[in-house]
Amino acid sequence: MADLLRAALAIAAKDLRVELRSRTALVSALGFAAMVLMIFNFARDSAVVSREAMAPSVLWITFTFSAVIALNRSFALERENAALDGLLLAPVSRTAIFLGKYFANLAFVFTIEAVALPLFLLFFGVSIGGVVSGIILTAVLATAGFVAVGTVFAAIAVRTRFAELMLPVLVLPFLLPPVIGAVQVTSRLLAGRPMSEILGWLKILALYDLVFVTFCILLFPALMDE
Amino acid sequence: MVGPNGAGKSTLLRLLAGLARPSAGSVLLGGVPLTRDAAARRTIGLLSHQSHLYDDLSAVENLAFAARLHGLVIDPTGNARRGLAAVGLIDRVDEPVRRLSRGTVQRVAIARALMHGPRVLLLDEPLSGLDPAAAEQIAALLDDERRTGKGLVLVSHDVHESWELATHVHLLMRGAWVIDEPRSGTLEQFLTRYREALHG
Repeated sequence: MADLLRAALAIAAKDLRVELRSRTALVSALGFAAMVLMIFNFARDSAVVSREAMAPSVLWITFTFSAVIALNRSFALERENAALDGLLLAPVSRTAIFLGKYFANLAFVFTIEAVALPLFLLFFGVSIGGVVSGIILTAVLATAGFVAVGTVFAAIAVRTRFAELMLPVLVLPFLLPPVIGAVQVTSRLLAGRPMSEILGWLKILALYDLVFVTFCILLFPALMDE
Repeated sequence: MVGPNGAGKSTLLRLLAGLARPSAGSVLLGGVPLTRDAAARRTIGLLSHQSHLYDDLSAVENLAFAARLHGLVIDPTGNARRGLAAVGLIDRVDEPVRRLSRGTVQRVAIARALMHGPRVLLLDEPLSGLDPAAAEQIAALLDDERRTGKGLVLVSHDVHESWELATHVHLLMRGAWVIDEPRSGTLEQFLTRYREALHG
């Protein structure tokens, strides 16, 4: 177990170091997030749609699509110089490779969310003063699940000719449950609804994490050996 | 292991390394399938046409990462520097790989393949892209590895560069062995048989 974690952390640290050098995915994802928020902000007709009604959906569309951009690079960097072969040749379990990629992707996506959230507040003028912890909990629960699924699909897509196009097509249907759940929780939190209305959706998000993170850990080794 | 382009040499190396699955039969090392057993993979060092290096990391960072994956966790950076020194690269270890010449990248890749002390080295054209002095240095290094009892499977389409290192010669053509025997006679005699096999 210690060896598995050590290898996973080494892979995650390597991914973060490569990204800090190139900043390709992070800058692209953050630029994309800023553009989406700006477009939705100026495209909204305030006489027809209120900020409060639109804000949760916009927030999670921004998070989701920015995350897909970041997930795309996860295995793309293993494609150059066939670095993935180097990983597969190493005496580490395939599960360690998955966990390493998963941890690095979580760090990327949380960074994107941490930067995009203040931008969202700036553009939409929504106050989250009393519900910050609830928003953070929702983001953690939703992100943990969809990043696991995205990591597995990024590993599948990288072996296809059009990896950058394939990933969104493959992964978005699987992201619907956590994104819908997160939108529901966020809209109720912003509307000041009681906890009893929110708890059910939080349980769904937690269940999605449990099922899909476990499933991804079990599936990934078979994917790599094929 | 020699043969013309397209003979299946690189494919065979990938099969031996456990990176490809055979359509029939199996590849075992000490009775263990490589793809399933992490410890068995520790005994393999592969140099392929691709370097397995990350362009944005330096040579020493690449090797330190590989060292960590191979369980050399006490001093991965020290191991990386010693590995690079062994292939004659100690002055450019901190440069990103993308700035290095093809020959230098090849030497970093060789250091990566050797660093964890594998029992079996699978080497695909290890001397290609190297200048004569570097090729001589790497050939001497590989000869040292062989003398310490390690198994070397050296693939080349150029018989001249690998002849002196070989104890056995195998000629592969269209996926089948044409010559498979201990090295004997002179290079010229072998080349005559090679040409006959190639053309006849």
